[in-house]
Amino acid sequence: MKNTIIEIKSLRKDYHVGEVTVHALRGVDLKIEDGEFVAIMGVSGSGKSTMLNILGCLDKPSHGEYFLDGVDINSLNRDALAKLRNKKLGFVFQSYNLLARTTALENVELPLFYNSKVRSKERKERAVNALEAVGLADRMHHMPNQLSGGQQQRVAIARSLVNDPVLILADEPTGNLDTRTSFEIMELFQSLNDKGRTIVYVTHEPDIARFATRNVIFRDGKIQRENMVNDRLFATEMLKSLPVEVYDEIES
Amino acid sequence: MNYSNLFRIAIRALIRNKLRAFLTMLGIIIGVASVIAMLAIGEGSKVNITKEMSSMGTNMVMIMPNMQRRGGVSLGASSSMALKYTDVEAIRSEAASVASVSPEVRASGQVIFSNQNTQTTIYGVSEEYLSIRKLEIESGRIFNSSELKGMAKVCILGQTVVENLFGAGANPVGLTIRVKNLPFLIIGILKDKGESGMGQDQDDLILAPYTTVQRRLAAIDYINGIYASAISEDKSADAITEVKEILRRTHKIKESQEDDFRVMSQSELIATVSSITDILTILLGAIAGISLLVGGIGIMNIMFVSVTERTREIGLRMSIGGRGTDILKQFLVESILLSILGGALGVVFGYLIAKGAGSLMDIPPVIKVQTVVLAFTVCFAIGVFFGWYPARKAANLNPIDALRYE
Repeated sequence: MKNTIIEIKSLRKDYHVGEVTVHALRGVDLKIEDGEFVAIMGVSGSGKSTMLNILGCLDKPSHGEYFLDGVDINSLNRDALAKLRNKKLGFVFQSYNLLARTTALENVELPLFYNSKVRSKERKERAVNALEAVGLADRMHHMPNQLSGGQQQRVAIARSLVNDPVLILADEPTGNLDTRTSFEIMELFQSLNDKGRTIVYVTHEPDIARFATRNVIFRDGKIQRENMVNDRLFATEMLKSLPVEVYDEIES
Repeated sequence: MNYSNLFRIAIRALIRNKLRAFLTMLGIIIGVASVIAMLAIGEGSKVNITKEMSSMGTNMVMIMPNMQRRGGVSLGASSSMALKYTDVEAIRSEAASVASVSPEVRASGQVIFSNQNTQTTIYGVSEEYLSIRKLEIESGRIFNSSELKGMAKVCILGQTVVENLFGAGANPVGLTIRVKNLPFLIIGILKDKGESGMGQDQDDLILAPYTTVQRRLAAIDYINGIYASAISEDKSADAITEVKEILRRTHKIKESQEDDFRVMSQSELIATVSSITDILTILLGAIAGISLLVGGIGIMNIMFVSVTERTREIGLRMSIGGRGTDILKQFLVESILLSILGGALGVVFGYLIAKGAGSLMDIPPVIKVQTVVLAFTVCFAIGVFFGWYPARKAANLNPIDALRYE
């Protein structure tokens, strides 16, 4: 039987903006099993970003329960949450959020700096492995500004992998990328998922959502619809169907 | 995150903004440099003055007539006629801690040799005066007791007087000069003594028998001062007490009356002068310290900029597991590094300034280890103090807001 990575029960999140209370999430129940590949969708203001923040343990629910890999989030304080993120989560952002003027390798090492149990030799080894896993073994000592957008996002994915998390959370990972590069990133995610990684990503593009195995659609702070993807897309095939563009070759 | 990594991050952050880091440090550099330079020169001049004063004899005891008042009107120290030659004799015969004693009668006037002339002070003294004031004869001799008794018109010249009348390096022993129109035979020349700690030329003088100066030049029956030397430096306090007792008795001063004389020892004077230079040094250091404070505010300012600039980085670090304390430490280490580095450069510059200024003023600067340690401690404290608030602000950021910060 598979482990339950995420278990959310009647979760609510309220924000107080002055006198007004905004109900960002109004009762969400969600369960994500180990090895799932879930796309969260929804229009802006639907609560999907709030959901991702809570899933990422960056924010705590106002009501309801959230268990991440069996740990009750409500019982943890700020520092314990930071430790939990360090151990169990990997983040991928729309704008990559790599440290400027810092090599790809050091960017990937970063999460391990906050884990006092990992010695510097092991830290480097793991970072190298993570970069190899995303196909950037030859770009280790490049600075972010020497890398293309797709390569930067790969570095970010390597960074999210380096601590061997139970869950990778991606916020619009293809939002800043063109179609081809988006497919390449999704190809990488799909191959990671094939190897057993649990991945949850937020997107507003229905096409990108079709790479996942399950879609969760938010509306007005609630899950409007939840369905398995029947007509799943496979990025490797999609890439083959794309016309070969000349400038792509020049770029690489 | 351990400290060596924090240190590396901080160094990298500073290298990234070299010019900005340097300009920020400039405040600290100037502050520390001025503190170091001020204290070094202050300490140097103190050492200088006390050394010079010690060279005049640390066991010297000076007796001056006290400021005389008549009906509340001060008549000025030199107008006092309280001291007589009998006091010298009384001290010589009665004060056990006093080794030697000499009167001093001063007269100033024009000194002429052929077509040259100079204005100087003629000190009427006894032969013991030389040993008391640590003066030495370069050539010639000191006057003898018969010359003292006979009010002989003989004199010993200081180097400045020799230079003014005969030119540098001349040996005028045996020649006769005219002092206030009286002919004086030059029987000796004093060795060069240089400037005193107070900046006074100690070679601009003529020594003559006190009898001669008292009767023939000044035409007075009192003496201007008494110079004595205690048996040793330790005994100078005893010497003072004894002299005071003797003089109070011979001057017939009642219990309730004030002394009509003052007794000072050279060691007392040294202590007074060094405490004055100490106060001056502290004052100068304090003024320089204000610029350190300003430098610290500069650091705080730039740390705020740094925190704001790196808001997204802070958000990222938090999202991948950085705790508030990790972020706090990161920025604190950066500000401490800024101030310590500034402090180190400041010490170097301060030393150079002190050396430069010292060579101009002829004061070898003295940099005490304590000063340098203090400078670094203060810099560390400034780094912590002025870095704390910005670092705290960074540590308290909400990771979600920080990640979205544009």
